[in-house]
Amino acid sequence: MTLEELLPGSGGFRYNFAFLDEGAKREVRRALLKAVALPGHQVPFASPELPIARGWGTGGLQITMSLIGPNDVLKIIDQGCDGSVNAVNLRKLLVATTGVRTTFDSREATILQSRHRLPEIPLKPHQVAVLQVPLPEPLRLVEPSEIATRRMHAEGDYARMWVSLYEDVIQNGAISLTAGYPCRVNNTYIMSPSPLPRWDLPLLNGAEHLTLLGAGREKRVYAVPPCTSVQPLEFEDLPFTVESFAGMSCARCGSSGTFLDEIYDEKTGLSSRVCSDSGFCVLVREGAIQPRRPTHG
Amino acid sequence: MTPAMIRCEGLSKTFLMHIRGGTRIEAFRDVSFQLSAGEFLGIRGPSGAGKSSFLRCLYRTYLPSAGAVWYTDSAEVTHDLAAADEHTILGLRRQEIGYISQFFPVIPRVSALDTIANNMVFRGFPREASLERTRELLERLSIPRRLWEMSPSTFSGGEKQRINIIHAIIARPRLLLLDEPTSSLDSATAHEAVLLIRELKEKGTAMIGVFHDTALLSSLSDRVLTMSPARAGETGP
Amino acid sequence: MGEHADASLAERIGTGAGVLLSVLDLEKRYGPGCEACLELTGPQRSTNICPRCRSVIALRGVSFDLREGEILGIVGESGSGKSTLVQCIYFDQDVSHGEIRVNGQNGGCDVTGLPRSEKRRLRSRLMGMVYQNPMQGLRLDITSGANVAEKLLEADVFHFARIRERATGLLARTEIPAAFVDRLPRTLSGGMQQRIQIAKALANNPPLVLLDEVTSGLDVSVQARVLDLVRELQRELGMSMIVVSHDMGVIRLLADRTVVMKDGGIVEQGLTDQILEDPQHPYTQLLVHSTL
Repeated sequence: MTLEELLPGSGGFRYNFAFLDEGAKREVRRALLKAVALPGHQVPFASPELPIARGWGTGGLQITMSLIGPNDVLKIIDQGCDGSVNAVNLRKLLVATTGVRTTFDSREATILQSRHRLPEIPLKPHQVAVLQVPLPEPLRLVEPSEIATRRMHAEGDYARMWVSLYEDVIQNGAISLTAGYPCRVNNTYIMSPSPLPRWDLPLLNGAEHLTLLGAGREKRVYAVPPCTSVQPLEFEDLPFTVESFAGMSCARCGSSGTFLDEIYDEKTGLSSRVCSDSGFCVLVREGAIQPRRPTHG
Repeated sequence: MTPAMIRCEGLSKTFLMHIRGGTRIEAFRDVSFQLSAGEFLGIRGPSGAGKSSFLRCLYRTYLPSAGAVWYTDSAEVTHDLAAADEHTILGLRRQEIGYISQFFPVIPRVSALDTIANNMVFRGFPREASLERTRELLERLSIPRRLWEMSPSTFSGGEKQRINIIHAIIARPRLLLLDEPTSSLDSATAHEAVLLIRELKEKGTAMIGVFHDTALLSSLSDRVLTMSPARAGETGP
Repeated sequence: MGEHADASLAERIGTGAGVLLSVLDLEKRYGPGCEACLELTGPQRSTNICPRCRSVIALRGVSFDLREGEILGIVGESGSGKSTLVQCIYFDQDVSHGEIRVNGQNGGCDVTGLPRSEKRRLRSRLMGMVYQNPMQGLRLDITSGANVAEKLLEADVFHFARIRERATGLLARTEIPAAFVDRLPRTLSGGMQQRIQIAKALANNPPLVLLDEVTSGLDVSVQARVLDLVRELQRELGMSMIVVSHDMGVIRLLADRTVVMKDGGIVEQGLTDQILEDPQHPYTQLLVHSTL
């Protein structure tokens, strides 16, 4: 039975465009404006309940819901792949409540929501990257108290963060952090760039596009405006390096200058490397773009 | 007559003991003298006459109650030691005014050699030359070689006192205050110590000294100040 | 290390040395305060608690100068305010009234009103602090080397090899065996923890080092070693020091000048030997003559 049948004349029930009511969206956009004005600074916001559980991308989701309009083109990826379960779920929810066009081609998207990767093709100024963040506070590593970490950011007191990197080098010979590597934004705040691999951090630095980061469970948003410096923390004599895929290439498209995932085939027992950015890989295989040769790495 | 390096006018010291209900104890009253470079002023008097207190007032370990002590330093600036500010006094103590008492503050881990040599090194003298001179003086006062690298904290009273004497003399102060410097020494080393003192005097150091040995006092002094429990006045040798 | 040792000795220790730190009329009050507070507390009243409003006047009218290369002793019993004083100078506490001027900063202007981040920067460049309790001065969950490194990182030294070299060098200088550089201070003795604090305090070659009861709680033989080290380092590096102690022996060994505090105020200040041998103020006389 539908609501229309139960209550004739009620007009049935429709979700608001993009699920959130307009008031909730304005709240998020207000917080986002503040975040853009203070690059790297975490801004708290009032986060409403969602039909997706916390820990599954609600932070990024709320940002997308607050920004999206009927003419937007949406791409959602998880671990670089449009087809992963979480990406599919999020896409379904957004399409059901907005009816917008979706794409797997990052060049066509106006809003690109992601967990764990940025697309291989750099985004343009009219595109917005929305990143899902589990733990927005980079200093949590060294300081459990929220009051203390807020003070540390306010006073630019980051010595303890640096000490943990120093200890890391003493113990492991180099900084061993892989994902979520702390970065200095606009020479001011230190931020966690969400679980992006090191590979993607140079893409953030001075990017032409806006990047917004949202943590739903922690109720924080922060931003990297276009053309803003994002510097991974490094010692002067131990420069930051990205992952190396020397001598490897994608088994599907042949690119050797992209971030590669390792795939293990249980039946054959063989492992192979494929592009993490599935959309990019498809475009190369269709002949729309050339395979990537190494530039950095 | 050479111009006076130090001119003391009507110096007096009375202790006010608050913890004994405000008792006043007069140490000495109205002492005056003059002294030039290379001169030795001997101070004599019975025990209780305030001789040590007097030296301590000159060094500013005690605060004089009245009077003035005009001292002209190596830059020809005159200060009243009784009233000068602490930094001035500290500077003069480091550079120009020395004091030998019967107590030597020992720093546990520093060797006798370093304790003494450092007094020169910290005035800008090169380390090797300072050590050389230190060894010379240690020999002269018969400090056994095996003790040179050891800390004076383990030395006998007499040995400590010899270190004390060398420490003060090696710095070549302009004015040296001596409070019974040889009383804990045997006659042979006391004799040698007195020789060192005379040498320093010849080089121009002005000295004010208390010795219980009146013969020694007379032989060293150009002038003698007699202090008594009631009154002090300057008399000839 | 030892940049200061290059400076002419006469300049360093002579009367020409400039003023490094000036403390003017410092007051520290805990509690609401009232008009009667200052009148009803202090050395004359033998209390630092206001009977009317129960505020604690931990410091009142404290003024003194500290010159370059000078060691100032601060002596007093518990409740005298001596630890509060160094905490205020080190910016661990805010003052209620008065000024702290540091030579060369803002043309010698008052630094008490600076924003916290500025104070932090100032302090990491200009001061080192050794606390009575190593837990306050050290982070026991990171290695000794990392403790020293933290000071360098605070001062924006971001070169790993240089940090490593300086940290190991300073720890060697404070007689911490090389094997313990990468050990946690928690596993080391009290004397060693104090020496690590000293190394940490010296990391950025500060012109001022504050020592708050550094040897209280240590065995006598260990005390001697720590004090010796402090003395040697001061001779070598020429920094100014403020030494807080209730122990006259420590003051006698280290300090050129001494300040005596009681119930938040200074009752007497002067040359250390004069304070100890010819104390003028009744309280100082009591303190000195009570010492065994």
